Amino acid sequence: MIAEIGHFALILALAVALLQATLPLIGAQRGDPVWMGLSGPTSVAQMVLVTVSFAALTHAYVTSDFSVLNVAQNSHTDKPMLYKVAGVWGNHEGSLLLWITILAVFGCAVTAFGRNLPPGLKARALAVQAIITVGFLLFILFTSNPFERLDPAPMNGNGLNPLLQDPGLAFHPPMLYLGYVGFSMAFSFAIAALIEGRVDAAWARWVRPWTLAAWVFLTGGIVLGSWWAYYELGWGGWWYWDPVENASFMPWLAGTALLHSAVVVEKRDALKAWTIFLAITAFGLSLLGTFLVRSGVITSVHAFASDPTRGVFILALLVVAIGGSFTLFAFRAPNLKTGGLFSPVSREGALLLNNVLMATGAGTVLLGTLYPLFADALDLGKVSVGPPFFNSVFVPLMVPMVLAMAVGPLMSWKRGDLAGVLGRLKIAIGLSLVITAATWFLQGGSAGPWWAAGGMGLAAWLLLGTLVDLAERVRLFKAPLSDSLARAGRLPRSYWGMMLAHGGLALFIAGATASSAWKVEAVQSQKIGEAITVSGYTFTLKEVKDVPGANYLATEGIFEVTKDGKFFAEMRPAKRVYRQPPRPTTEAAIEGTFLGDVYAVIGDKDVVSGGYVTRLYFNPLVPWMWVGTLFMVLGGLTSLTDRRHRIGAPTRARAVAQAAKA
Amino acid sequence: MRRLLFLLPLVGFLALAAMFKWGLGHDPRTLPSMLIDRPVPEMALAALPGRPADSGLNTAHLKGRVSLVNIFGSWCIACVQEHPYLMQIKKSGIVPIYGIDWRDDPVEGARWLAKNGDPYDRVGIDPAPGRTAIDFGVTGAPESFIVDKDGVIRYKHIGPITPDNWQSTLLPIIRELSK
Repeated sequence: MIAEIGHFALILALAVALLQATLPLIGAQRGDPVWMGLSGPTSVAQMVLVTVSFAALTHAYVTSDFSVLNVAQNSHTDKPMLYKVAGVWGNHEGSLLLWITILAVFGCAVTAFGRNLPPGLKARALAVQAIITVGFLLFILFTSNPFERLDPAPMNGNGLNPLLQDPGLAFHPPMLYLGYVGFSMAFSFAIAALIEGRVDAAWARWVRPWTLAAWVFLTGGIVLGSWWAYYELGWGGWWYWDPVENASFMPWLAGTALLHSAVVVEKRDALKAWTIFLAITAFGLSLLGTFLVRSGVITSVHAFASDPTRGVFILALLVVAIGGSFTLFAFRAPNLKTGGLFSPVSREGALLLNNVLMATGAGTVLLGTLYPLFADALDLGKVSVGPPFFNSVFVPLMVPMVLAMAVGPLMSWKRGDLAGVLGRLKIAIGLSLVITAATWFLQGGSAGPWWAAGGMGLAAWLLLGTLVDLAERVRLFKAPLSDSLARAGRLPRSYWGMMLAHGGLALFIAGATASSAWKVEAVQSQKIGEAITVSGYTFTLKEVKDVPGANYLATEGIFEVTKDGKFFAEMRPAKRVYRQPPRPTTEAAIEGTFLGDVYAVIGDKDVVSGGYVTRLYFNPLVPWMWVGTLFMVLGGLTSLTDRRHRIGAPTRARAVAQAAKA
Repeated sequence: MRRLLFLLPLVGFLALAAMFKWGLGHDPRTLPSMLIDRPVPEMALAALPGRPADSGLNTAHLKGRVSLVNIFGSWCIACVQEHPYLMQIKKSGIVPIYGIDWRDDPVEGARWLAKNGDPYDRVGIDPAPGRTAIDFGVTGAPESFIVDKDGVIRYKHIGPITPDNWQSTLLPIIRELSK
């Protein structure tokens, strides 16, 4: 019964979404305030209906109602409660429902927080949002109904893929979707602005917090996924350039570019068409990611069960949403009035450079991800594009971007003084060169990879450049310390957000470089009592025992790890074999230190020697990567609390008044 | 002129969409049909260093019994994932497994097998550029081929062999061909 309520609520939501997609749009065209006003109640109604539906599916999972096909296929009674709930979105149909739920929540949020938005813009943006919802509701109702019944109901379900039964991965999809769907806000506002033919500072001020929130979630989601791959797949790697990873990384790149170009629109009234383009692209790439993961066009290690009919539907959705938007863009964007002019060497110039490199980066990842498909279509044979392509094309693109990242914030708007800025950065330049040389020396010259020193130097440059900027703004050492502190307190939150995010990226670069360059690994068959030394850490395998878990049996290896003869840690990596479905997973044991992760994995028993296959690693500076990304997320959150976002979008009149004052 | 610039995103997107439309009709995992039902390519692969010289792999070895040819390399991460299951297949004795150590340093390959266990009845080396693997139409490692009694390739499997795909696809084909 409850499942039917969920299904029915979805159908009602479709009807409401159809109203929301049409009436406010017509109202805005005619200037009819009543019809425009309909966007508010319909968005609230839609949110309620979709939430009811989501709750109904969650109820079916929590109570293990196996008469619902989706539950029978993806759940099992002996799963812990966390994974019963996470199972709701651990499959195609449920994750789609989660997507729609988030979309509805965002729509409702516009109604709740957008009281002082110009009514026309609000009505149009909400209507566009509803058009997307209609597309997704049609998709779920016609091809992927999560409430389908199964008769007779089986005694128990098939269970959830054990790889997904992990706290990191339980929250990875919701975070990711909050990011993807969050970009729909920027998208809807971009389309609304194209229809109105006007993009101004107030518009940018409205779009920026939504984009920022989406970016925070997407960053968090990607990091959770990467962290999961790091400890769960047991290879000591954290990024594989897998199509599914790329699918989330491309919108991130476009979204990051959008975040920065929206600043230019807000402060300088320039780069408008470009910003609109990025807003469409960021959401377009989110949709594309969904398409790639679910259509079976690209093979990937962790794609959802794919189905070509669903693929056709998503493709149609993609063509309507993105093709339609770009058509509108082609007609309306050339007429957008361009505002402030700027010289290439200026803050705007630096942001534009960042944007172009980010967008090119996204394009490169897109090309690499789709190249196997292109090659196949053009009959160039079957090819696979692996990490070497991305490392040799994407990474070099990011080098000039990071170089410019340290310079940009010191540059003034409109016309900058590059020589002056470099002069102010001379300490940073000097220290970065010293760090580059020191790294080269420490890794034994050409004994390590040649790019490692460059990577560490680059990280140092970004961190130091960011700190120099901060020091100058608070007049550190030039004014009394109390004065500097007072100045620091007066800096806007958005500035602190930028500091944190840029500094975090510097830490990330250092971690990524070090872990790729100097990872030490030993894979062997190890007998009980045998000691293996990796990078100064001696791993002695003490014991291997079976430990039963909730719905699996774990084989746990107990290592005593010593460093320089002194006890360092006891590590317990395990290998689990789940009961339903019967599949193994590895659980790495990780001990973090300031300089890197000590990482151990236990494998199968080696029949020949009587030992166990063990993989022991030292992963240098990996914790820096996680801390760095955490800083980036914190930076985004800090910036979100900036005063001008809290107050909300000022009305146009106020923006004009401010511009006049400035 | 400037207006044309604004058309670019649309044009680019439509090209992409056309590509997807085409891609939906194709399963990227399927083997180019020309390789199925063809005899295995002529080959005479040398043995791994430190093993008897006659433990290499040549075309004649693939005749007389249904066999599984597995492409691997010590550099290949997914191969390590696949490896324990190959060991189990070996233990079951259902089908002989022949390994081709592809684009690898043979010394490393031998060491890798010593470390992880050797599921292969025979191992031949195919150092870079991997002439034999090209003849097989290999796209990456791991990859496996089912060869029938007459030495004809009957099935190609891309990616690691897992309990799932073994039970659902590979084993039934081997059973059928072994009749």
